[in-house]
Amino acid sequence: MEPKSFQLFPEAASSIAGQVDGLYAYLVLISAFFSLLIAFLVVFFAVKYRRKSDELPRPVDEHSIGGMVLEIVWSVIPLGLSMVMFAWGASIFFTESRPPADSMEIYVTGKQWMWKIQHLEGAREINELHIPVNRDIRLTLTSEDVNHDFSVPAFRTKTDVLPGRYTTEWFRPTKVGAYHLFCAEYCGTKHSGMIGTVYVMNEADYNAWLGEGSGEGSMAEQGQALFNQLGCAVCHASAINKGNGRCPNLNGLFGTTVDLKDGSKVRFDESYIRESVLYPQSKIVAGYDDYMPTFKGLITEDGLLKLVEYVKSLGPKNGTQTSVAPAAVETSASQPKTPAQDRTSPQANSRPGNR
Amino acid sequence: MITATLPEKPKKNYINATEGLKSWLLTYDHKRIAILYLLGVTFFFFLGGLFAVLIRLELATPAGDLVDSNTYNKFFTMHGIIMVFLFLIPSIPAVMGNFLIPLMIGAKDVAFPRLNLLSWYIYMIGGCFVLTVLFFGGVDTGWTFYTPFSTSYSNGYVIASGMGIFIAGFSSILTGLNFIVTIHRMRAPGLTWFRLPLFIWAHYATSMIQVLGTPVIAVTLLLLVLERGLHIGFFDPAYGGDPVLFQHMFWFYSHPAVYIMILPSMGVVTEIITTFSSKKPFGYTFIAFSSVAIAVFGFIVWGHHLFVSGQSVYAGMVFSILSYVVAIPSAIKVFNWTATMYKGAVRLTTPMLYAMGFIGLFTIGGLTGLFLASLGMDVHLTDTYFVIAHFHYVMVGGAIMGFLGGIHYWWPKIFGKMYNETWSKLSAVIVFIGFNLTFFPQFLLGYMGMPRRYHAYPPEFQVLNVLSSAGASILGVGYLLPFCYLLWSLKYGPDAPPNPWGATTLEWQTASPPPTENFPVTPVVTQEAYTYTTEEVVHVG
Repeated sequence: MEPKSFQLFPEAASSIAGQVDGLYAYLVLISAFFSLLIAFLVVFFAVKYRRKSDELPRPVDEHSIGGMVLEIVWSVIPLGLSMVMFAWGASIFFTESRPPADSMEIYVTGKQWMWKIQHLEGAREINELHIPVNRDIRLTLTSEDVNHDFSVPAFRTKTDVLPGRYTTEWFRPTKVGAYHLFCAEYCGTKHSGMIGTVYVMNEADYNAWLGEGSGEGSMAEQGQALFNQLGCAVCHASAINKGNGRCPNLNGLFGTTVDLKDGSKVRFDESYIRESVLYPQSKIVAGYDDYMPTFKGLITEDGLLKLVEYVKSLGPKNGTQTSVAPAAVETSASQPKTPAQDRTSPQANSRPGNR
Repeated sequence: MITATLPEKPKKNYINATEGLKSWLLTYDHKRIAILYLLGVTFFFFLGGLFAVLIRLELATPAGDLVDSNTYNKFFTMHGIIMVFLFLIPSIPAVMGNFLIPLMIGAKDVAFPRLNLLSWYIYMIGGCFVLTVLFFGGVDTGWTFYTPFSTSYSNGYVIASGMGIFIAGFSSILTGLNFIVTIHRMRAPGLTWFRLPLFIWAHYATSMIQVLGTPVIAVTLLLLVLERGLHIGFFDPAYGGDPVLFQHMFWFYSHPAVYIMILPSMGVVTEIITTFSSKKPFGYTFIAFSSVAIAVFGFIVWGHHLFVSGQSVYAGMVFSILSYVVAIPSAIKVFNWTATMYKGAVRLTTPMLYAMGFIGLFTIGGLTGLFLASLGMDVHLTDTYFVIAHFHYVMVGGAIMGFLGGIHYWWPKIFGKMYNETWSKLSAVIVFIGFNLTFFPQFLLGYMGMPRRYHAYPPEFQVLNVLSSAGASILGVGYLLPFCYLLWSLKYGPDAPPNPWGATTLEWQTASPPPTENFPVTPVVTQEAYTYTTEEVVHVG
């Protein structure tokens, strides 16, 4: 990102950017055509039919113009053109909303006024995001305080980052370089200082960068340590322990659909894990009692993401499981997988755990 | 022209009928109340404009060097709150609607004159709350008050600002209610719905939104105030609330509110184009019903403000397609205005210049709205300067051009004075050029990704920002000029005849300025609003 003094069009550095620019070109063409047409007609009529100083209004034969036909024509043509805008935009939006199944995962926490980023391998950074080129990247984002928005114009994508919720954003960078990262949702005094840089690196450079590491172990390992430290392991069975059976066994649960005590179902995903840690009584799994205490106030958003990543590492992965066993049926624990294995061998997800 | 046969100027009119400040502050005359509103909205327009000047000064350089971030945030918040709630929403309905609706339908006053005066006081009380906030240091939430920032983190006067807008909202509700009843019950004999001027149809549609939509923002702001004061937990997840709920509630009003701001302007422009083309408007019924269609469909598109806010993909698709549906009636209007000029007898007066400017700028504003309604496009553009440029093309290029066009069109009727045509034409051209120079570069900035509400920005955005700031200074001159020559005309302008433009609607059939009772005899209407003949129109009164 060598500073430029002047620019008129943003760099296109993601797989979706070309599609967005294509739609933009269509919209610009349509808009330019109609703006110029209307401007021309207004000026042309104003000149051509200009009233001479002492002339009286001309009587107009209203029926000579064919009013109804014109009204229909200038309603239907814009409607047709705008339906193309709708469909084209919706199709891009669909792509943007569906991260590919084997995306590389990164966790982002926004707070006034910085971006905190955690890589699965354990590396952490602030206001910088290092990623390899030509890999699908999936961000899971949350906020510690107010609404933020993770915006990378060169990738043509952004997502609001909300407190109390996980949102996702994905992109596939296609060009090595450094790009602006902006907070796009107004978040208070230093909103315009909540900026950073996304570094897209080739694979070798990225691995070298990753190798510098944090020395704290992978996110899942850090999550496992928290899992023990907070006492989750007393009740919940996981890769490292059997639990006491009073709470659901967490092995193999992630990405499945779970039956609840009240008869409804819930998808066992990042948001449900977060909700269960903070508000355990709100959605209790069928067959269990309201036993778990809340951990609200005892764990940070960053810590929650580590716990989420640990539980995620225990079970089938999001998006690959089609039919699902209810919770608390499985008794065996699965091998803890490192996130790296998880990414590179998706077929491992359906493997029944054994130990 | 009619000046030759100008009837003797009546001695008494609504302005000199009674004297003294009290006779104005306690008046029930809709025309005097309109003047009171004109004073109020003009004050708030220039106050809001002052903040725009400060914003553009700060953004002339990439570094945040003129003021600190906190002050800058208060600048754009005060600019937004004042312009939206205290200028744009009341501007045309409360000034021109108030003055003209009874005149155009041949009535002596609105249905509830006391309520009308009460509306003005409520508006001023709301305005005083906002001024108090300003005096004590302002508020920094943005005019959108998004939670949980506004409820738990803002260090400005959120409660007082919220209450100010809450109070001003009731003025809007009462005005809308008054107009609906007036239009239903007070029309002159023979004035059927399809003989009404299109200005009336536009205000009828606007009033529907005011009555149905404004209570929603009232409730929303009340919840906001309760949450801020008592931490009840509607919106802040820290208290068990939902952070996106506020955005749904806010835009459920605030999107229709955009049509409160633009529909009256469309009504004004229809009158001007018709008069200065000396021709019946093309597609009367289409223009009339498109106003109603905009009012109705405007209520079901709010979700297009939330495409990236954690709304479901399918909700996004529904709101996207509905947003395109609501765009069609606006397109119909633009085509009909243009067709009205076809084979007309066009006079390029000052109001007509403003109306033509309106058509051009509103067309660009509307078309760029189509970019933002397109899901995949909006993800890139939302929260950037593209959005700022888009809504300023609609709100300033549309609503304010319409407001100025209307002021110039009805000035002779309202004050009985003619203004200087050279100066006024010059100012219309200056406004048009200044406006485009200010806001067009912002489309380009937006596509490059410059986020809105940024106090400082990367250096590659500077050239376009400097152009924008330069344009704003031209625009500022364009707005100050009318203020000067219009005031000048009050004292030195020649007297206006009853119908200086050769218009056909009823307000031109009485004296300028009109007598307190509007018409000496209740007019009886026997034809459509826009019947142009080769004969000059015969005047009553």
